[in-house]
Amino acid sequence: MTQRQLDRLKQAMWLVSLSILAVPFVFPFLWMVSSGFKSATEIFGQPTLIPHVWRWTNFVEVFEYQPFAQQYFNSLYIASLVTILTLILSSLAGYALARMRFAGAGLLMLFLISALMVPEEVTIIPNFFLMRWLGLMDTHAPLVLLPVFGPHGVMATFLMRQYFVALPKELEEAGKMDGLSRLGIWWKIALPMSRPALAAVAIITFLFSWNLFLEPLVFLSSLDKFTLPLALSNFTDAYGLPLWHLQLAATSLAVVPILIVYLIAQRQIIESFAMSGVKG
Amino acid sequence: MTGSTDQTRARGFRVPWLTLKRREAIEAWLFVSPTLAGFLIFFLGPLIAVILYSMSEWNLLSGEQIFVGLANYEHALQENPEFWHVIRNSIVFAIGLVPMNMALALMLALALARPRRGVIFFRTVFFAPVVTSAVAWAIVWKFLLQGEGGTVNQMLAIIGIDGPNWLREPDWAMAAVIVTRVIKMVGLNMILYIAALQTIPRDYEEAARLEGASGWQVFRMVTWPLLAPTTLIIMVITSIGSFKVFDHIYLMTGGGPENGTLVLAFYIYEQAFEFFNIGYASALAMIMFMLVLALTIVQLILRRKGAT
Repeated sequence: MTQRQLDRLKQAMWLVSLSILAVPFVFPFLWMVSSGFKSATEIFGQPTLIPHVWRWTNFVEVFEYQPFAQQYFNSLYIASLVTILTLILSSLAGYALARMRFAGAGLLMLFLISALMVPEEVTIIPNFFLMRWLGLMDTHAPLVLLPVFGPHGVMATFLMRQYFVALPKELEEAGKMDGLSRLGIWWKIALPMSRPALAAVAIITFLFSWNLFLEPLVFLSSLDKFTLPLALSNFTDAYGLPLWHLQLAATSLAVVPILIVYLIAQRQIIESFAMSGVKG
Repeated sequence: MTGSTDQTRARGFRVPWLTLKRREAIEAWLFVSPTLAGFLIFFLGPLIAVILYSMSEWNLLSGEQIFVGLANYEHALQENPEFWHVIRNSIVFAIGLVPMNMALALMLALALARPRRGVIFFRTVFFAPVVTSAVAWAIVWKFLLQGEGGTVNQMLAIIGIDGPNWLREPDWAMAAVIVTRVIKMVGLNMILYIAALQTIPRDYEEAARLEGASGWQVFRMVTWPLLAPTTLIIMVITSIGSFKVFDHIYLMTGGGPENGTLVLAFYIYEQAFEFFNIGYASALAMIMFMLVLALTIVQLILRRKGAT
């Protein structure tokens, strides 16, 4: 066998083995979307990826069964708010920790590092009472406050700090010469230079908030306040059994947009996770 | 909030005792104060509170809050066999998940680290479940794994295997949850490994190749040692993640069957928000905290040793 044939054989083996491995990763999505179009009885029939009868009405019923449009909107605006707040606060604090000298900075860092080691599950019980005392039960406030100020927010602060530390100092000096204040330097020089880090924080934060489950489960009780993850688990009949055709149609509606965004921006998204994992 | 107005305002405030250094310190504290305030209110305060709660007998439905010292911890560690069952489940979950996740992640990373036709496509595929919600993933797999009419069993039937009712049998439920969780999360570790592999200069490998090393030898003698720091970080992240698993359990098995998948995070949730045993749940939360802390510290020490 020549070298070229050997290379081809290797390439073919690589392709085949990865394709087989990919089945459990891809199949659930295909099956989910296709079953979203099936009737409840057809879902339980022989598995086919193309429905015999396309039931478009599933996608209408999803919105009639519970306030799904409202729940969709809730998830969107909460995730956007969490992302914007996290970006502002983490880049402010990260900038100060990286670029400014002040007594207590070391201690503060230590404080924040300790936060990364504490799972949200540990503080959720007292936070439940705190929110109840503040009268914020069954509102969206806990779903914004806890992610922004919890371990996730701290991780974002670190990510920003690491990035700011590595930026060249000269531009800041130039900014100072031009008479910019600290806030001006942060806003006009540091932030524009940190687009990759900001993008990483934004992507991870948005997905984190969008997919949050425990907090909505603990803090929300009204259907019209629900976020998507909670709404999805709520398509059940009077006996608590899942209404599979509606549940899968709704799940498709919730997941497919994220997947499309992911396909378009996959490079950026994957890099963001790589960056946060290594540095955070 | 433009630079020039700030500048004039700053000049107006230039009082003698406000040295440049002090000024910078004040500004810095202003920059960190929102984060710090939130940290104190929603994190440090609650952390202290949960320690106090954990030392009280407190059921939200029936009783008042009574100080009982370490009784909740004693109850968990000595009196309640359920606790050890839960810990055992959590350990089984971690032991099942962490090595499988890491080995598969490394394998995929090695296959997908170097540019090649199709690499981007496969990275996209293996990473896709990471960005989708655990809820969607759990819902779909819950159906696929049903005993009758479940797609996995229908496929097994084609090759003549009579599959079990995966999520309803204690022996299979844990395995099923672990495997579906690995498929969901392995993409993240794969990416971390790929990022690490890409920092290894190709020259090292080529040099070893020229010396006549086989593919396996190159991996064992060059790649694997260079990956050691990454491997440790991934191990920390993955083990902590596995100790915290909640949504998958809640949605796929609800801790069942016969408490076969009752893991620590779910147990805490159940005790706190279903049975309202706040004191006991807080003690459990503290135990979880200490486990995660111990894990982190051990691996940070390992990491420091590995780095030098």
